[in-house]
Amino acid sequence: MATDHTAHHDAHHHTPSFAQRWLFGTNHKDIGTLYLVFSLVMFLIGGAMALVIRAELFQPGLQLVNPEFFNQMTTVHALVMIFGAVMPAFVGLGNWMIPLMVGAPDMALPRMNNWSFWILPFAFLMLLSTLFMEGGGPAGGWTLYPPLSLQGGNSIAFVIFAIHLMGISSIMGAINIIATILNMRAPGMDLLKMPIFVWSWLITAFLLIAVMPVLAGAVTMLLTDKFFATSFFNAAGGGDPVLFQHIFWFFGHPEVYIMILPAFGIISEIIPTFARKPLFGYQAMVYAIASIAFLSFIVWAHHMFTVGMPLGGELFFMYATMLIAVPTGVKVFNWVSTMWKGSMTFETPMLFALGFVVMFTIGGFSGLMLAIVPADFQYHDTYFVVAHFHYVLVTGAIFAIMAGTYYWLPKWTGFMYNETLGKWHFWLSTIFVNLLFFPQHFLGLAGMPRRIPDYNIAFSDFNMISSVGAFGFGLSQLLFAYIVWSCARGGARATDRVWEGAKGLEWTVPSPAPHHTFTTPPRIDDRELAHGDVSH
Amino acid sequence: MTAASDRAAENRRLLRKLGLVTLGAFAFCFSLVPLYRIACEQVFGIRLDGRPVDAATGQALVVDTSRSVRVQFDASIHNEREWRFGPEQVELTVHPGETVEAWYVASNLTADTLVGHAVPDVLPRPANPYFAKTECFCFTEQKFAPGETRRMPVRFFVSPDLPANVNTLTLTYTFYNNEQATRREQAAMAQAASAPDPDSRG
Repeated sequence: MATDHTAHHDAHHHTPSFAQRWLFGTNHKDIGTLYLVFSLVMFLIGGAMALVIRAELFQPGLQLVNPEFFNQMTTVHALVMIFGAVMPAFVGLGNWMIPLMVGAPDMALPRMNNWSFWILPFAFLMLLSTLFMEGGGPAGGWTLYPPLSLQGGNSIAFVIFAIHLMGISSIMGAINIIATILNMRAPGMDLLKMPIFVWSWLITAFLLIAVMPVLAGAVTMLLTDKFFATSFFNAAGGGDPVLFQHIFWFFGHPEVYIMILPAFGIISEIIPTFARKPLFGYQAMVYAIASIAFLSFIVWAHHMFTVGMPLGGELFFMYATMLIAVPTGVKVFNWVSTMWKGSMTFETPMLFALGFVVMFTIGGFSGLMLAIVPADFQYHDTYFVVAHFHYVLVTGAIFAIMAGTYYWLPKWTGFMYNETLGKWHFWLSTIFVNLLFFPQHFLGLAGMPRRIPDYNIAFSDFNMISSVGAFGFGLSQLLFAYIVWSCARGGARATDRVWEGAKGLEWTVPSPAPHHTFTTPPRIDDRELAHGDVSH
Repeated sequence: MTAASDRAAENRRLLRKLGLVTLGAFAFCFSLVPLYRIACEQVFGIRLDGRPVDAATGQALVVDTSRSVRVQFDASIHNEREWRFGPEQVELTVHPGETVEAWYVASNLTADTLVGHAVPDVLPRPANPYFAKTECFCFTEQKFAPGETRRMPVRFFVSPDLPANVNTLTLTYTFYNNEQATRREQAAMAQAASAPDPDSRG
């Protein structure tokens, strides 16, 4: 308590130095900003790696990079985007918005909050440094399947320790978020009155503490197999490489939902604001998120239908996977129903939210196709899979993060972003991202395998289109970085409410949000909540 | 301030509980190693082939001479520079319930002592539970002197319960160099060679 008091005291008398504020600070808004900036940097680094991949695939044959480096690019691109861009962005948004949304003065465990962020730069420094080591970075795919992942250089040890650090960071972030949501809500903010974004993060945080330790365990076993003569996955020593796939995907499938549930939450905040209607079916949305989270634990083996599991297992995992379409469908229909007869306007956050609904659903449908066992034997490890998960992760998770950034940016900076440029960013991104990923469906159906630097000339045209889309999409993101930067520096003053139809506690504080908010708990007025009357 | 310190204590309590959940999840990950074996063998009837089936079980079976099953033999090698490995017979025709012997041959192509390990599989997969090995070179480490060639037996029977629609089975082995055992053997030999040994090589 003493430290809290001092920090509070200081803020009133003199502004903290740069290091005090950004290195040692425990303010949830500052840490949220750090997470978001870190995530943007990682997004650009991971994006540059994607462009190396697409440049090599622009034409058949080997042009620019050697196959070994190509494989390192696919592997590290995935690790950077998943653990460096998408997850920290959600933690950043959670840090900024959850205390504001539930009327809390800060996160529950501010000191740990600082720690969980500052682990990340070191983890990624370690991961990226492997690219410059003898033998290069990891090149066996982000899934790290043995024996391939253990047949590279000793740099795999750095990758494994980096993954341990990322896991520790996100577990601490998750514990902090759970503690904030369960213990720090303002009086009157009942669980079933919380904004959907907070709900989605609560459930995501439980997924995180359940599965990140499983990943940590799996990579620890890889480490001991490689360096300490164990045989968890080593067939020659009596182990079983298929076991790794089971353990990995027991982590990996909930991980997929860790990267999309907070996106559902963001979209559920934005659509009611710009449709000027309360969210349709608030409680159904909460239960749908919880059902998806539960189902995520019992579908993992659909990633590995081709390992030769028993027919009964294939059927179970096929039907359980298809069942996920039901709660997901509930969410999509509820978003559409929220817009139904609403008085909609199409500011940039709403454009990204609408893009999300349409394109995430495309990704959902291709996921349903992949769930069908006999069809999956055709699609497995082809570009169809690549197209599928980029639709749900880029036009799903990333579009939602961008929607959320545009939506809350005026609250963070106190200035409106440039709406014209925002719209340009949306349309360029949407056109190019479809040019990038839609042809990959056709490539996959025609049999082009993923993670290979060369291909049959029959695939040339679609690959060329895809690469053009990739460079267009990648360069459009520089516009995003510029819009955010210029909004932080100035522009039209934002009002406290910012958006005409915005509801919820975060819009009751001034713009920009002062360093300390809700030091005395706010009074909760049910009519002011984003989902209106919660009894329906 | 008491409300705030109550809340801080409550936060720490929750931190401890969630920390325990995290540790539990980490332990659960390692428990998946035995759970996987149990699930495969007890629930799905997949034999992971760590142990031989009791030979008496095979002898007690009634041989179904009215039915013949083709058993094909296949082999692959993990590293072709180190090993040569293959079956002596391409296929055998057996009656369900009859215990049969087949032979594989392996050669160590290197100038070092190597320890090999064969990992078996039976195809088609649904027939896997009906194929039982009472003795197999895949159950033990196979130590090969430099340049050594050796025949290795596998004794097996096909269960009379084999579904009627299966009339051909393929037994396939992948032969690995067991790197850990090889290192151990080579280290032991190096030690034996360097240690003063009175009754060797006068």
